Amino acid sequence: MSVKVIIPTPLRVFADKRESTEVTAKTVGEALGQLTNEFGKLRKHLFTEDGKLRSFVNVYVNDEDIRYLSKENTPTKDGDTVSIVPSIAGGIF
Amino acid sequence: MSTKVQTPAPQPQAASQTKAASLSNEEILRYSRHLIMPEVGMDGQLKLKNAKVLLIGTGGLGAPLGLYLAAAGVGRLGLVDFDVVDFTNLQRQVTFGSDDVGKPKTAAAQARLSNLNPDIRIETFVTKLTSDNALDLFKDFDIIVDGTDNFPTRYLVNDACILLGKPNVYGSIFRFEGQATVFGMPAGPCYRCLYPEPPPPGLVPSCAEGGVLGVLPGIVGSIQAMETIKLILGAGDSLAGRLLLFDALAMKFRELKLRKNPNCPMCGEHRTITKLIDYYEFCGVRGEEAPAPDVQVPEITPRELKSRLDRGDDLYILDVREPHEYQISNINGHLIPLGELPRRVHELDSSREIVAHCRSGKRSAEAVDFLRKAGFRKILNLRGGILAWSDDVDSTIAKY
Repeated sequence: MSVKVIIPTPLRVFADKRESTEVTAKTVGEALGQLTNEFGKLRKHLFTEDGKLRSFVNVYVNDEDIRYLSKENTPTKDGDTVSIVPSIAGGIF
Repeated sequence: MSTKVQTPAPQPQAASQTKAASLSNEEILRYSRHLIMPEVGMDGQLKLKNAKVLLIGTGGLGAPLGLYLAAAGVGRLGLVDFDVVDFTNLQRQVTFGSDDVGKPKTAAAQARLSNLNPDIRIETFVTKLTSDNALDLFKDFDIIVDGTDNFPTRYLVNDACILLGKPNVYGSIFRFEGQATVFGMPAGPCYRCLYPEPPPPGLVPSCAEGGVLGVLPGIVGSIQAMETIKLILGAGDSLAGRLLLFDALAMKFRELKLRKNPNCPMCGEHRTITKLIDYYEFCGVRGEEAPAPDVQVPEITPRELKSRLDRGDDLYILDVREPHEYQISNINGHLIPLGELPRRVHELDSSREIVAHCRSGKRSAEAVDFLRKAGFRKILNLRGGILAWSDDVDSTIAKY
């Protein structure tokens, strides 16, 4: 399934300044895996050492938060958009 | 399923305060463009006159907020900020003028807003918002608007609003992206529903990699002003339950659904947080000083570097900033941006002594750490970066 992953501004510096990328994935977990394969430096900003999604990063499929769907097992279909939405507060941190 | 969010029930009035029941002829003239709209009318304008809104922060977001809420006739505006106007603020904090540099922000904002609308009451609180004062400060206001720039305060504002049952009109920005929503509505989500935990310092890009397009907080702050006015009037559809995302460069707005987390420790069914906590501890920050560099690396001060260069030492100056920073000012270093270093490390000669620098010393510390791990033995970090070089060695080098 061809899925667009949107990379938020604070993380673009770790993704060659790209704002989005297309991946082939059947679930959100797969899509994020492909993303971190393509941009290795993103991994530690998205995932903890034991592979869990960091709690200040939310992921949406289209406009729904995956925490209220099936989390990383949420299925993705052709044309879906996976958005990564991190906490922002103006850049002091 | 979308839900229309109702305005909060009117707060009970303190015995000493009486609600305004009418508008003077002058007010009617001032607000005529409001009054001729059925969505506002006399009733709506009276609601604005009787509203009490507290703005946390009078900076980039606080500027359009203060201006538009004052212009709209919000009867009582509180401004909370302990900072003074800095020259670099003028790029975006449009309530201030050049004459205000050095003045407390609240005083400068109060002067500007009073000039715009002398009929409203503007109170200033020159204080840092803390767990000790937040509840007292918030309790006399109807709506709290969060225009702050750091995570501990955002969690503090959120928690205080939930404990007191006040709406929290939220806006945040980063470079050219913004977010806006309304937290704290009955049955609506709170900030912790969206982000249960803050990022630990150092994990989200900071330092000179931040920056912001000055007009961005103007747009997001105006959206917050609009949402505040809608709440007061009970008009339109609130952003409560929706996260508005704004990408200024693409000029695109997107909307994500924001759900109330039933297990939220603050606003969920089984609340576990019943009072304000130490938010700096929660966010992993100690005190107000600049955070210690994440990595400890061997350093050289600007003065030491200057003496060694004057002596004729063969030092390779490595500048790990971005090209646009190099254009602002540089000390003739060889530019390899930090993000490109792993790929371009072969350009460096490990037999030479290398001094790495950036703007303030943080990114170059990471570069030195990376290079040491890659086997470089003769590598030093310029403490304080080009800013310290400008202060201590050559003031013709522009600071930014």
